[in-house]
Formats: sequence, C-alpha cells, structure tokens
Amino acid sequence: MSRYSVVGRRVPPVDGKVKVTGEAQFTVDIQLPRMLCGRILRSPYPHARILHIDAQKALNLPGVRAVLTGADMPEIKFGVFSHLPATHDLYGLAKEKVRYVGEEVVAVAAVDEWTAEEALELISIDYEVLPAVFDPIEAMKPGAPLVHEDAERNISRAPHFEFGKVEQAFSEAYYVREDSFATQPVTHCALETHATIAQWDQAGRITIWSSTQSPFKICEALAYVLGLPLNKIRVVKPFVGGGFGGKADGLFPMDLCAVMLAKKTGRPVKIVNNREEEFTASRRRHPYVITLKTGVAKDGTLLAVDAKAISDAGAYNSWGPAIIGRAGVQLMMQYRIPNVRYEGYRVYTNKAVSGAMRGWGNLQMRFAADSQLDMIAEEIGVDPADIRLRNCHESGDMMPNKAWIPSCALAECIEQVSGEAGWRNRRARKTKNRGMGMGCWAYVSAAKQLAHDSTAAIIKVFEDGTATLITGASDIGQGSNTTMAQIAAEELGVELDDITIVSGDTDITPLDLGTFSSRVTFISGNAVKAAAEDVKKQLFPFAAERLGVSPSDLVSRGRRIYVKDNPELSMAFGEAVKGCLYSVKGQHIVGTGNFNPDTVVVDQVTYEGHSGAAYAYGVEIVEVEVDRETGEVHILSRYGAHDSGTAINPMQAEGQLQGASFGGLAQALYEDLATDEGQVMNPSFLDYKLPTALDVPAYEPTLIQSPDPGGPFGAKGMSEGCQIATSPAIANAVYDAVGVRILDLPITPEKVLKGLREQEVASSTKAIKGGAK
Amino acid sequence: MKEMLSLAVNGENYEVFVEPRMTLLEVLREELRLTGTKEVCDLGTCGACTVLIDQKPVLSCLTLAVACKGKAITTIEGLKDGDKLHRLQTAFLEHGAVQCGMCTPGMILASKVLLDENSHPSEREVREAISGNLCRCTGYGKIVEAILAASDEFAGEDSPRRI
Repeated sequence: MSRYSVVGRRVPPVDGKVKVTGEAQFTVDIQLPRMLCGRILRSPYPHARILHIDAQKALNLPGVRAVLTGADMPEIKFGVFSHLPATHDLYGLAKEKVRYVGEEVVAVAAVDEWTAEEALELISIDYEVLPAVFDPIEAMKPGAPLVHEDAERNISRAPHFEFGKVEQAFSEAYYVREDSFATQPVTHCALETHATIAQWDQAGRITIWSSTQSPFKICEALAYVLGLPLNKIRVVKPFVGGGFGGKADGLFPMDLCAVMLAKKTGRPVKIVNNREEEFTASRRRHPYVITLKTGVAKDGTLLAVDAKAISDAGAYNSWGPAIIGRAGVQLMMQYRIPNVRYEGYRVYTNKAVSGAMRGWGNLQMRFAADSQLDMIAEEIGVDPADIRLRNCHESGDMMPNKAWIPSCALAECIEQVSGEAGWRNRRARKTKNRGMGMGCWAYVSAAKQLAHDSTAAIIKVFEDGTATLITGASDIGQGSNTTMAQIAAEELGVELDDITIVSGDTDITPLDLGTFSSRVTFISGNAVKAAAEDVKKQLFPFAAERLGVSPSDLVSRGRRIYVKDNPELSMAFGEAVKGCLYSVKGQHIVGTGNFNPDTVVVDQVTYEGHSGAAYAYGVEIVEVEVDRETGEVHILSRYGAHDSGTAINPMQAEGQLQGASFGGLAQALYEDLATDEGQVMNPSFLDYKLPTALDVPAYEPTLIQSPDPGGPFGAKGMSEGCQIATSPAIANAVYDAVGVRILDLPITPEKVLKGLREQEVASSTKAIKGGAK
Repeated sequence: MKEMLSLAVNGENYEVFVEPRMTLLEVLREELRLTGTKEVCDLGTCGACTVLIDQKPVLSCLTLAVACKGKAITTIEGLKDGDKLHRLQTAFLEHGAVQCGMCTPGMILASKVLLDENSHPSEREVREAISGNLCRCTGYGKIVEAILAASDEFAGEDSPRRI
C-alpha cells in the first residue's frame, strides 16, 4: 500500500471535461442581458500632455451609451502593492499626460463592438507631444525627460545591498571575471487576452468577472479606489486562459473602465483586449542589462559576486519594484556565495509597462550568472557540472540575507540529469557543430511581497461523505483546482470524485492573494490540508465513540474511518457524517483551515529576512546543433531533473515543467518584443513568433521528489522556476558547439553568425601573423 | 443589411440573421452561443478558432459566415457521441494535454482531421498537423503524446506506425 492514496496520482484535471467539450466558460464567453461592449482609445504617443478631448461626435453616434475620460475616473491612484500607496500610479484612464503608446485615454460603451470601434474613431484629442525616453541608461542621465515628475533620474526603485565583504573576497580570489549581459523584452501571450465584465446594480453592488490571476487583489484595489466596503464588490474568476504573470496585477485600468462605464450606463459592460492591445498595452517581462563580477577559489568555490542590474520599467510600476529586488536575491538562492553585493535600478521609460512574468527577475539574472559560471569553469579547468555541484545549496543552508532553505535536492538533480544526458562522456561523443549545455534554477515558493501571505479554506461535508472544497486559490489553467482537490481528498481519506471544488469567487471563498510567486500549492495547499484536518477533528470523536476507541486511534482512507491497529473495526466516512448530523447536537461538519507561513517581508533597508516559505530547484541540459551557414540553433534533445518536493499530481507537474521550459526556450531563441520610439513593431503572432510543435523536441523531465518539511504532503512550488534554466543551458550549449558566446538574449542566427565570422577573422589574422614570423 | 442564413452546425439546422461582413467565428460564438470555438488572434495565426467544414479544418475567424451556407459545420461541441467523449477528448484528458483549455478545441479538431486521414501517424506527422495551432501552456509534449495515444487506441498498438 503506497503512502498516499490520492496525492501522487496522475489524475486528469477535475475541470478537464468541460474544457475538451467546449463547455468551459471563459470571461469572454459570458453574455449577460443588456450587456454593452466597451472599447478603449489608447495613446498614439509615447509621451504627451492631453490638452483637450472632444467626444461629442462619438456620443452622438447611435448605439453609443457612454464615453469616459480621465476626468470621469476616481481621483485615487491604484497599484499592485496595496500597503505601499507611494507605488500607486494608475487611474484607469490617463488624467493629464500619457506615458506610453497604448496607454488608456478614453473608454466607450456601445451596443456592439462595431459601434464602439466606430465611436473611437470619432473622438478627437489634442496632445502636446513631449520629449520621450526609451532607453533606461539614457533615462538615468541628468537632463533626461522625466516619465514621472517626482521620480528623480526616472528611477522607480533601486535596491542596494551588500552581505559579507565583497572587495576583500575578490582580492583573495584565485580567479575573478566581469561580464555584461542583456535580456530582451518578451510578453506573456496567454491565449486568452485580458477580458473583464462589470455590473453595478441598483443596490450598489459591483460584480466583476475578470480574466485574472488574483480576484481578491481586484476586489481590494477597487474598494480602495471607490471608497467602498469590500462586501459591496464581488469578483468572479471564470476559467482563465493562461496568465504567466500577465494577469497577476489584480485591478487593471480596463477593469476600472468597465466598472465606471457600468455605473454610468446602468448596464453590464464587457471589455476584451484584442491581440494587438495584448502586445502593445498589457504587460511584458523587464529587459535587463546586467554587469556581473564573480570571484572563485582555485577549485571553483564561489567566493564573491558583485552585480549591477538595470531594468527597463516601461511607464508604470506594476510588480516591478519587487521584481528588481528578486533579481538580486536570485544571486544567493542557487549557490552558496558568502559575499554578495547588488545594485539594482528599475528605470522608467516611455514604453509599455514591464511587470510580472513567470520567473520574476530571476530569469534575467540566472541567464547571466549561469552563463558566466560556464565561462569561469572553462578558465579554471573545472567541468560545468562539477562547479555547480561544488557550490549548490543543501537543505538547511542559510543564505547571506538570513533566509534559510528548508529543503534542497539540487545536487541530486545535477547527478540525475548528468546521468540521463550522458554528460560525463559527452566529450567522447562530441561532433562538429554539436554541443551540450547545462543551466540550473532556483525559485522561491511563496515570497512574502505584500503585507501578508495567509489564506484559508473551507470544507463542507455532505451526509453521504462527499464534500465541497471552497478555496481562494485561483486556477488559471495550471491545475490548482485539481491539486487542491487531491490534497483535500487525501487528508479526508475519501476519493477524488468525492470532492467538488468551488474557487474564484470573492463572495464565497476565503481571501487568497492569488496565483503568483509559486505560492498556490504551498500556501493554499496547506490551508486546504488544515481544513480537512479540522473536518476529521470534528468527525473522529463521534466515530471513536461508535467504535469504542479514542479519536487518536483513528485514520481515514478510501471513504472509511479505521482503527489504526485494528482495521477490521471501521465505519464508512459518510456514516460518521450522517451520524453527527442526526445526533442530538445536530452537528454539521464544516472544516476550516488557515495557513500563514512563518516568513517575513524583506526589510527594506537591510534587505534581510526569511521571506520565502520554501525553495525549489532544478537543472536542464540541452543539446544543440548550430548551422554554420545560417547561424540557426537547432535543439536536438533536452533533459531535466527538478526538485519540487512531493508532486501532488506528477502528470500536472511534468506539464508545468514542460510548459515553463518551453517558455524559457522561446525567450532564449525566438521572441523579442521589438519597439521603435516606444511603438511595438511586432504586435501579432505573424511578427512575434511563438514556437510551434515543430520547434520544440520532446522533453521528459524527471521529478526528484524530496519532500519539503513545510509543504502540504511535502510539496513546494514548481511552475515558474524551471523557465529560468533554459536560456543559460542553451547559451552554454551554443558555446560548447561552436565556441560562440552569446551574452544577450535572444540567441538569434544573426548573432551566432556574427560570432562565427569573428572567429574566422581572428583565426585568419592569427594565420597571417604566424606566416610573417 | 442583415440577411437570413441557414447553417448546419453539429447536425442541427439554424436560421440566423447575419451581416454579410460577419465571420463564421462571430456567428458561432455570438449568434449561436457555441463558445467552445475560441477567438485568440482574429488574424488566422493561431488555430484556436479551427472548426470543420465538410470534415476539413477551417479557420473560422477568416471565413465569412455567408460562405458556409449548405455546408456541414462541426465545432468542438459536436464532437462527442451522445455522452461518450471522442477518443481524442479522452486522450487529451488522460495524458495531461489540457492546461488552460483555450487551444484545446482547435487542437482537438486539427488532430481529428489528421487521424481521419492517417489513422496511425508518426510523431513528426502529428507535430506537423498541429503546427498551425499555438499553445502557450504545455510546450506541446503532452498534446503530441495524447494524439499518438488516441491513434494507437484506434489503430491497435501493434499496427505499423508510419515513420
């Protein structure tokens, strides 16, 4: 008999059937009576003052029901960090000036999309175009145009910290090198675009259906902006067609536009981004420029690292002020480094807003650090796998910032994947233009970024032993509905089919911050487990009395409650529930569970603090072939081993690892959100190329299931981190194949060819010099 | 000016008033409320709006509804047989090929066309058949696995697979 009966099983998603039959209703699929269509007129300029808006012609168009401008929006700004009002910078519609091409300026509600679109064309706006700035390094220079007048040198946030004695460590190091790296902007491309529906009824209740990763953050921000109590706002999260961080902000301007249009018209209003708006005016990953100096001992032991990172914020904050800090923390999460200095600058530019994206600042820093680690390994003559093994964290390690790591099986992952890929004898098999590269990842499960990170769950048990699980966890396609149901079924001792899950409705479920920071399995999972424990706490005394034992003698499994040492003595789970209900007490079984990790928000002066509940780790090996004629990089094979604790559902875990690695590969080789003077140049799938099924070979990651002591059944977060190992693995493989080191993503054929040409020139120069001797 | 249009969708006949400029996707989703067909790019670049017309895959966002008069249209809602899921639908579930679900309807219909024409395709043929359907969640691995499994079940695992 295996240890668990439901946890660890490869079950299909609990909400899968409605997805394969087309029944699943996403926000865009919802149709309400008398619903209007909302559209948004966006700024054509990267930086301009709004002088005058004339919407009369639009208002006169038959079918138009309302036109709103910045003047109609509440005066209170909002932002992601509810506890930090100084970071709030959005109104819903621009009030005085616009800061990027695509910023929301006017919102229209009309009887249908055609009319709304026509109305947008009838609005005329006088702008005073202002000087704009597009490059973060330029933006920091004195005299550069200011995106926000109160942000000196355009700096949105600049975390600096030093732990240990960096300069002294460099002076004592055997080898020190400094390199510069850069990463490009990419965007989430969730197949469902951002969509929202708002209704403001006559009783003063607001209901929003939104494609969001965080319904409660919408609720909270809206209550704040409108000055309403939380119970006047209901946010429903229907099925969500992917998020990847792009829907993690909570309240977006479009949500507020829909709410204000609904108030004005007295009718529900739906606003759906089209694909072009998704590319130009949603969110994107921060591009980084990183200078990284690292010192090692002769055996490859990392002694010190000094990093300077400048990220392109775009025009507003979103999650960015936290992301620039996480890039620095990433330096300490992966390997033991006693001396660490970090200077981060998040810098405003007149471009679309950089925000959260799977991997959160860690991807950019890991591309730099795991690329440079290979460069160091080569110089000192150590194998890339060995330099990683020498430095990787172990369970119980304390990082220099006083954060500790409850579990880490990175070394096992490296050994495992090296075996699978034949890493140790790759030299013997090396053929021309082919190469192998390794990249590692570390990622926090539930970093405390906001004022708290607690959540709760409720389990209501029916008299036949089936149950409804009510959780605030937001399933955005990653499968939390299934893993939460598996955790509940396991702890209750019933079958998965016995659990019905209710999630994504702020009226019903307990508070949950949302799906981001790899927190759901760990935080919400622990709350669900606690709620199931509470059910048993209520149920077992009754069953114990019936069975003539003590409650502590009982366990439940397979829909029965047993006496541990005498399994013959048992009763059906449902019978116990029924018994409680029919007893004199008339006891209903409703379990509740809270969970609050023992973490703290990082100290904003010292940058110290145990802010992460757990850490997941992993490694990828990629084998490539480089076409010397075209510079193209072909992925031949991929291997991966990942320590994400107990896999609640191994099939889903693999799917997450494969999907994240796919995203990493897309960023490494293909995607680049190109802008010219702030205008996105490739705002469609025609020009911004997503990899297809032909571009990615099969990838079967191995799960190293080392249980985390604090996770539910030993699980920890795993959906984000593996995205960050793929780009250094590919860069290292390209170098191994042809000796060309790419320091800036993406690794395009042009860059590879340029590197090959430089090699040829260098070797012919050498030959000429040799001949002259 | 709207005109009356007869459409045969999933074996049922519908009469709808449509503007000539309306796409099949708009009519399916907004007039017939068959929202299983997804709008993702509205530009013919992602495959999510794939439906079958006379058993051939068509991008409904690029197809005018008025051009579909008298043709048999199949959407994802019409794929199961009574209560029984199509073997591709089952395989997508059992092999973890469904994450967010937005690409799923188009992906399943595109692969149905493949299996109808080629009962035991190679992995390469599967990848080619779905190369016009974008997925952002899965990395395609489990989708390919599901389609291959569905073809094995239909063809019998022992029957030769094309290389």
